[in-house]
Amino acid sequence: MKEFSAFVKKEFSHIVRDRWTMIILLVLPIVMMVLFGYAITTEVRNIGMYVFDPNPNPNARDAAMVTELSSSEYFVMKGYLSSPDDIDRVFREGRGQLVVVFGADGAQLVADGSDPNTAVTLVSYAQSVLARFGSGPLPTRIVPEVKLLYNPQMKGAYSTVPGVMGMILMLICAMMTSISIAREKEKGTMEVLLVSPVRPLTIILAKTVPYLALSCVNLATILAFSAFVIGIPIRGSLALLLFVSLVFIAVSLAIGLLISSVAETQLAALLASGMGLMMPVILLSGMIFPIENMPAVLRVLSNVIPARWYIAAVRKIMIMGLGPAAVARELAVLVSMAVALGALSLGKFKIRLE
Amino acid sequence: MLLYLLEKEFKQFFRNSFLPRFALMFPIVAIVVFPLAANFEIKNIGISIVDNDRSEPSRRLAEKALSSGYFTLTGDARSYGEAMALVEGGKADIVLEIPAGFGRDLERGGTARVMISANTVNGMRGGLGSSYLAGIIADFNAETLRESGKLAGVRATGTGVIAPSGYEAVAFSPLFRYNPLMKYTVYMVPAIMCMILTMLAGFLPALNIVGEKEKGTIEQMNVTPVRRGAFILSKLIPYWVLGFVALTITFVVAWLAYSLVSLGGYALVYLFASVFVLAMSGFGLVLSNYAKTLQQAMFMMFFFIITFVLISGLYTPINGMPSWARALSALSPLRYMIESLRAIFLKGSGFWELRWRFLALLAFAAFFNGWAVLSYRKRE
Repeated sequence: MKEFSAFVKKEFSHIVRDRWTMIILLVLPIVMMVLFGYAITTEVRNIGMYVFDPNPNPNARDAAMVTELSSSEYFVMKGYLSSPDDIDRVFREGRGQLVVVFGADGAQLVADGSDPNTAVTLVSYAQSVLARFGSGPLPTRIVPEVKLLYNPQMKGAYSTVPGVMGMILMLICAMMTSISIAREKEKGTMEVLLVSPVRPLTIILAKTVPYLALSCVNLATILAFSAFVIGIPIRGSLALLLFVSLVFIAVSLAIGLLISSVAETQLAALLASGMGLMMPVILLSGMIFPIENMPAVLRVLSNVIPARWYIAAVRKIMIMGLGPAAVARELAVLVSMAVALGALSLGKFKIRLE
Repeated sequence: MLLYLLEKEFKQFFRNSFLPRFALMFPIVAIVVFPLAANFEIKNIGISIVDNDRSEPSRRLAEKALSSGYFTLTGDARSYGEAMALVEGGKADIVLEIPAGFGRDLERGGTARVMISANTVNGMRGGLGSSYLAGIIADFNAETLRESGKLAGVRATGTGVIAPSGYEAVAFSPLFRYNPLMKYTVYMVPAIMCMILTMLAGFLPALNIVGEKEKGTIEQMNVTPVRRGAFILSKLIPYWVLGFVALTITFVVAWLAYSLVSLGGYALVYLFASVFVLAMSGFGLVLSNYAKTLQQAMFMMFFFIITFVLISGLYTPINGMPSWARALSALSPLRYMIESLRAIFLKGSGFWELRWRFLALLAFAAFFNGWAVLSYRKRE
C-alpha cells in the first residue's frame, strides 16, 4: 500500500508540475460549455438579404414586403441589385444568402442552397414573414395544443451538455493515461519501473488514480457550471448520475490502458486516441449529430462507442429526470464494457519490453 | 544541406509503422464517414399516436400524419401514459393525442382539440417534429373545411395556407441555387478537406518538432552548423507534400463517393490550399515554440480545435451565433478557408470573388510565421 501511494504521489507531481496542461485541463470544460451552451446553435438568423426589382418604379406592396422582411430578426437588408447577373455574384462572393426577386404577381425567393438546411429554413421563415401578403388565414377548427417536454425553451445546451461531459471525461481518462504510459516507454523509464520490486498491476493502477481524480474535478465543474450558469437543472438523482459517470470513467481508463499497451510512442498513442477516440466520440456518439439520422452502418457502429451510452444515460437522468429503471440498459452496456475492456487491457499489458 | 535533412525526415517518416498508414487512411475515412455522420437532416421522427376517439376523422388524421413521410410509428399506445413510457424509453420523439369527442366536435362544426407533446431534449428534433405535425393538422383542417362545403372553391396549397377563389394570391416561390439535390453531405465535404489539411500540414510537423525537443535530439541539431531556417523547412516540407497528396486523395474520394467535382476548378483549390497550409504550419510552429512536451502540444491543439473549428461555421452557421462568437470566428483562419472551399466547390466562385478571403489567409500566414520566427529560441 505504501508503494501504491508513493506511485500515486509521483504521478500527481507529473501532472501538477506541467502547468500548461493543468490550466488547459481545468479551463477546457468551461470553454466547451460556453461554446456549446451559447455559440453553437443551428438557429438561422441575421441572413444577408438583397432585393432585385426589375420593375423601374417599384410599387408600395413590394416596398412593404422588404420592410417586413428586414425588420424581422431573421434577415438583414444589405441592398438592392441592379441587374439579374448580380444575383449569382452575391452568392458566389458569400455576401448574402437570400435574394428576393419581385415579379408581377409575387416574389421569387432565390436562396443559396449550398447549405441546404439553412436554405430551406430561411425560405420557410421568409414565407411565413410574408404570409400576410398572401392570403387571409383560414378559419381554424382544429386547435393543436403543443406541449414541449423537458426543454420548453428549446435550449441547444440541453442536448449538448451531456455530450460535453462524455467528451471531457473520455479526453482526460483515455488520452492522458495512454500518453503518460507511452511516455514512460519512450523515455525508457518503464524498464526501470518494471525491474523494480513493484508489481506491474500496482504501476498501472497508480497511473490511473490521478486521472480519476482530475476527471472527478472536471465532472464537478461541468455540473456546477451547467446548473448555475447555463441554468440546466439536474432533474434526476445526483447519486445515480455520479454512479453512471464513475462507470464511464472506468471504461475510459480501460481504453486508455489498452491504447498504451499497443502504442509504443507518445505520437502513436496521441494519434490513436485523438483520431480513434475523439473523432468518433464527437461524430458518432450523438452529442451533436442525432444518431437517428445516420445511415444504418453508422448507427450500428455507434453502438460500440461507450460515450453514446453514457450520453444517452446522462440525458435521461439529468434532463428527463428518469430513474434507474430507465437507464438500466445503458448502465448494463457500460458495466460490461468496463469489465471486458479492463480485463483485456490488463491481460495485454506486457511485463517485458521488446 | 536542406536536401540531406529532407532525406532524413522522409526516411524517418516511412520507417514509422504507423504514420504513413495513418496519413493514407485518415483522409479516406474522414471524407467517407464524417459527412454521413454529420447530418442535420431530420428524418425518422418517432411518433406515438393515442387515439381516444376512434372515429372516422380521428383515424384519417392519424393516417395523414403517418403518410406524410416525416414520421415513423413507434409502438402501440392506448393511453397517454403508455405513450410517455415510449418517449422516456427513447423510442418516440413526439406524441399525438386525439381526445374522445374529436370527431363529434368536428361534425357539429365546433372547435376540436388535439394534443401534441414533443420531446425537446434535442431541441431541433422535437421542435421540427411538432411544427411538421402542426402543419399536417392545418392541412387536415383545410381538407375537412373543403369537404363540408363551408369553403367552396378553395384550393389547397399543401402548406395549410389556402387562397380563397377570386382572390389574387401572391405567390412566394422558392428557388434554390447550387446544390440541386439539396444534399448536406456535399456541403460538408469541402469543410472536411480543410480539417484534413489542418491536421496533416499544421499539427503533425509541430508534434514532430516537439517530439525532438522532448527526446533531446533538437539540441544536437542546435549545435550543428545547420541553419535554423533549413532545419524548420526540412520539418515542414514533408508535411506540405503529405498535405497535398492527402488533398488529392480527398478529391478522388469525394468524386467517387459523392460525385462531387469542383465547379470552380482544382487549380484555385490548390492555390488556396497552399496559402492555408502555410498559415496552419506557421501556427503549428508557434505552438511548438511554446510547448515543452508532446502532451502540452496536444492539449494546446485540442483546445484550438475545439474553439476555432466549432466557431468557424464547420457544423453550424455563423450567422446564427451571438455577436461575440461571430467576432471570434473572424479570427479563425479556418473560417476563411472553409468558406472559400465551399464557394469554389459548390458555387464555382472565381478568385476575384474570393479575393478578401484570400487576403485574410495571406495575412494569417504572414502573422503566424512572423510570430514563429520571433518566438524561436535556439537555447532554453
